[in-house]
Amino acid sequence: MKTIHALIIVPLFALSAAVQAAGGPGARLDPVKVDLNDQKSLLNGARIFINYCVSCHSASFMRYSRIGQDLGIPEEILKKQLLFAADRVGDPMMAVMPRADAKKWFGVAPPDLSLVARARGPNWLYTYLRSFYRDDKAPSGWNNLVFPNVAMPHVLYEWQGHQRAVYREEEHTHIDKDKDGKPVTKTSKLKVFDRFELERPGTLSTKEFDENMRDLVTFTVYLGEPAKLERYRIGVWVIGFLLLLLVFAYLLKREYWKDIH
Amino acid sequence: MSNLLAWIDDRFPLTKVWREHLSEYYAPRNFNFWYFFGSLALLVLVIQIVSGIFLTMHYKPDASLNAAGVPVAFASVEYIMRDVPWGWLIRYIHSTGSSAFFIVVYLHMYRGLLYGSYRGPRELLWLIGVVIFVALMAEAFMGYLLPWGNMSYWGAQVIISLFDAIPWIGPALSEWIRGDFVVADATLNRFFAFHVIAVPLILVMLVFLHIVALHKVGSNNPDGIEIKKKKGPDGTPLDGIPFHPYYTVKDIVATVVFLILFAAVIFFSPELGGWFLEHDNFVQASALNTPTEIVPLWYFTPFYSILRANIYNFLWIDAKIWGVFFMFLSIAMFAFLPWLDKSPVMSIRYRGWMYKTALAIFVVSFIVLGYLGTKNPEQVDLILLPNVHWAGICTLTYFLFFFLMPIYTRLDKTRPVPERVTSK
Repeated sequence: MKTIHALIIVPLFALSAAVQAAGGPGARLDPVKVDLNDQKSLLNGARIFINYCVSCHSASFMRYSRIGQDLGIPEEILKKQLLFAADRVGDPMMAVMPRADAKKWFGVAPPDLSLVARARGPNWLYTYLRSFYRDDKAPSGWNNLVFPNVAMPHVLYEWQGHQRAVYREEEHTHIDKDKDGKPVTKTSKLKVFDRFELERPGTLSTKEFDENMRDLVTFTVYLGEPAKLERYRIGVWVIGFLLLLLVFAYLLKREYWKDIH
Repeated sequence: MSNLLAWIDDRFPLTKVWREHLSEYYAPRNFNFWYFFGSLALLVLVIQIVSGIFLTMHYKPDASLNAAGVPVAFASVEYIMRDVPWGWLIRYIHSTGSSAFFIVVYLHMYRGLLYGSYRGPRELLWLIGVVIFVALMAEAFMGYLLPWGNMSYWGAQVIISLFDAIPWIGPALSEWIRGDFVVADATLNRFFAFHVIAVPLILVMLVFLHIVALHKVGSNNPDGIEIKKKKGPDGTPLDGIPFHPYYTVKDIVATVVFLILFAAVIFFSPELGGWFLEHDNFVQASALNTPTEIVPLWYFTPFYSILRANIYNFLWIDAKIWGVFFMFLSIAMFAFLPWLDKSPVMSIRYRGWMYKTALAIFVVSFIVLGYLGTKNPEQVDLILLPNVHWAGICTLTYFLFFFLMPIYTRLDKTRPVPERVTSK
């Protein structure tokens, strides 16, 4: 028994070590710390989302009233300060801009954002929101590093300011085949993204802008799964109860099995 | 009370069934950890049926678009997640349950390989189990289409198009399965029908037969000894103990441990980093938007790897057709185990190094195939070779475990089996 499990586990460990060593090229995403218990962050995110995103994007699975309930916003304040795009608090968050028009103007209808954090992940969103840069070749004048040729212009440029992407050249050697099929080593120069440079500062400092984007991402994480607010809390009690039950289940088993062995 | 019982017993064998299958059903007293997974599989089946019933009350198998441009089926899942009270919990129970089902069933099958539970007289019990496994795969595959996410859609598209590989009738067959030229509303509706009634009905009946067959031949045990051969003066096996209360109370402990792990996933990480719920499936199904990589859920990836592993045309047959053939064969091989194993002993405890090594290679191959099934075949994720070549090697070792079994189980030096079961 023990031999067989050693025979299985040892090669798998070797394998996982090999996998880790191999690593892999992936898009570099900036990690973001999302804290759903941070009420202030959630509220600020909600404010930005409703003021800026809902003009074009829907979050059709989410109702305004639910946000009010979950974030503790009284109905009066919700109606006065956040309900621009809908008539009733029970309405879902639909885009102000009609889908057909959006398609005409941008080439694609802006996607529904209800689940964007679950599909893309918070790190992707956080990096995406901060990676718009000036590009004269793009139709909107803006491009994005993590979503090349994205149709969306930089909506928050007033806050962030104008960024320019700075590239550096890197030499890459790779093995290619010549005319006769013989392998030869070739060197090519590649343009690699180096950093962003702020051409024209916005109304917010970089730190303030990043903080606001973190809040926005925190809100979209909540938007993707409102139940997340309660499931951690309930989960602790469920597992606590089960652990207690385990004690009694084990004692019961021990009592019955006394006369075996 | 006893009058009532007598009244029932005159009309229905209640006491008789209770005795024969629980209080006087003798199970070997040396069951270990590996023997929990049969009853746990039964538990998960019940969890899936009950949570599934509640999901059916709110889910809508409809691929048409609603006012917001979202397919009704996809929107109804989000409706369950947000607007139905405790809907998120029911949905996570069901989605986690499907992965839990496969974990438990794979461990249950591994137990069979460890202790030779498939050997005579338990061949039929094992065969029913293999059919349950196939039915379970069908159930999971069709259920995965229902959320109508983009991975649901493209996963079904890829798997159904496998049937295209069958000569002559292939394209017509896959069109017949889909009910359309592509995966569409017709497909969603028929998969819903199969997932919520046809296959569960078959599964429940098969599980019933599995238990009937088990209780006819009795459980095997970690020593691979027939306890029925040594009976006491009262006619009960010396090494047997009544299933109830001994194994019922023991299984309760295992059940609670299982539920703790189950709840940990449901409440703290229902996606399990994309392994239990894929990120791409939070995007609605779209025929125009192909995911960069179409990857089935983890429990299918070993077989998905075998499907993609063969890149050679041989015997005038296309590589793709061989891939489909190998995939089905890799599942079917389990059914031949009772007749491939020629060892004089059943349990791994008394087998020699050959079977132990073969089984270890088999399990490692299975896990590596599972890992590679989540990766791009052309990339290099393991050492040296591209994934597809490693998949080829592992497919070969996977099959050699079965094909060489009659030879190495005959050659293997076994140890003498004790008269009575051993316990620590």
